[in-house]
Amino acid sequence: MTSGLWERVLEGVWVTIQLLVLSGLLATAVSFVVGVARTHRLWIVRFLAGFYTEVFRGTSALVMIFWVFFVLPPAFGWQLVPLWAGTLALGLTYGAYGSEIVRGALAAVDPAQREGGIALSFTPWQRMKLILLPQAVPEMIPPFSNLLVELLKGTALVSVMGMGDLAFSANLVRLALQESAEIYTYILLIYFVIAFLLTRSMRGLEKKLKAGVGKAPRKKVTAAGRVPEGSGVS
Amino acid sequence: MTWDWGAVADFMPYFWDGLWVTLQILVFGSLISFALGLVWALLMRAPTRWVTWPVGGVTEFIRNTPLLVQLFFLFYVLPEWGITFSALTTGVFAIGLHYSTYTMQVYRAGIEAVPVGQWEAATALNLPLRRTWTVVILPQAVRRVVPALGNYVISMLKDTPLLMAITVLEMLGQARLFAQQNFQFTEPLTVIGVAFIVISYLASLALRALERRLVH
Repeated sequence: MTSGLWERVLEGVWVTIQLLVLSGLLATAVSFVVGVARTHRLWIVRFLAGFYTEVFRGTSALVMIFWVFFVLPPAFGWQLVPLWAGTLALGLTYGAYGSEIVRGALAAVDPAQREGGIALSFTPWQRMKLILLPQAVPEMIPPFSNLLVELLKGTALVSVMGMGDLAFSANLVRLALQESAEIYTYILLIYFVIAFLLTRSMRGLEKKLKAGVGKAPRKKVTAAGRVPEGSGVS
Repeated sequence: MTWDWGAVADFMPYFWDGLWVTLQILVFGSLISFALGLVWALLMRAPTRWVTWPVGGVTEFIRNTPLLVQLFFLFYVLPEWGITFSALTTGVFAIGLHYSTYTMQVYRAGIEAVPVGQWEAATALNLPLRRTWTVVILPQAVRRVVPALGNYVISMLKDTPLLMAITVLEMLGQARLFAQQNFQFTEPLTVIGVAFIVISYLASLALRALERRLVH
């Protein structure tokens, strides 16, 4: 492979990382907003949040990407830059998965903690911010770590829309060299390295957050793979 | 925003074709992933690290890299090595292989959840290893993991559109083809989006019913 082709691959890595960071941030925001909304006391808020989760978890991420690229522009009269369209589709889809993690972790906090907050006449917002979230967030890190790897794998989907990410650069190199085994092996290795770095840094973050609430991290992170779908099923 | 019911009606024949292909991918992909996942899980219990390390490494690698790139790999690289399959066969194999690395963990958890007394009883009854697995351990382990396996079938359903990238005409492939021929993107894409939601919702209801039956 020539250095010019490697440059293409590096550009692809950069696009993939940009997309990963942006859609990761959006997905985190969506997860927390929707996940917390699912514990709201008004049924309509809970219903809307649950509806959002069902709809976005029900469709395929690739179908969502097609929808954002092709249906949104004529329907609403605005066209998104590919990077933002990809971010929007991935962030909304994976945010729906993340909201289940947030909801589960909030529900797993000892009920006595919430009751203690009520007894001390904290407002619902104070209870959430000062009591529930600090204890729930460290528990969310292992499943979020799995979800982040799923998101990284999901970023490859934008190459179908012609965005120049890592998977797309592989295609360019394949067309240039008329040979695919080498470049696809490299690309898979690069994805694997990024995934490895992500899980490592998430493990570090978990250790730090758990120390903050006086807990030791679990000895071995159970590699549960993809986040289970239906509630109570796993 | 314009919505044309005529376009929906025109698209429906192609939609049923696509749905049929999607269901084929789903059924055969699931079967491959259930079988291969069990093989991986059993190999991971081999007594020597000469087996467990390579199997663990390869499955970890497959699980942490994108299915899309794996599809391209199999689709473009296998013919270079002189092995040619149809796009559909390649896609089914790739999706089955990818998900087998997930089902493997499900089986592992199921096997570990079988009470140790069952193993001891098998030893006490002097059952050979093969019989221990086939009549004592696996029937109990598999029963426990059916709901979790079902979750991966639903996940797999949502990954079937990826096969469009290697020219398989499943639902999304049909929708894209129709959209490009008729310049109507909104209707076909929305129809298949709704179809995915409906199918995965029905599947999760069925799964919940199955789970209830297995638990009791």
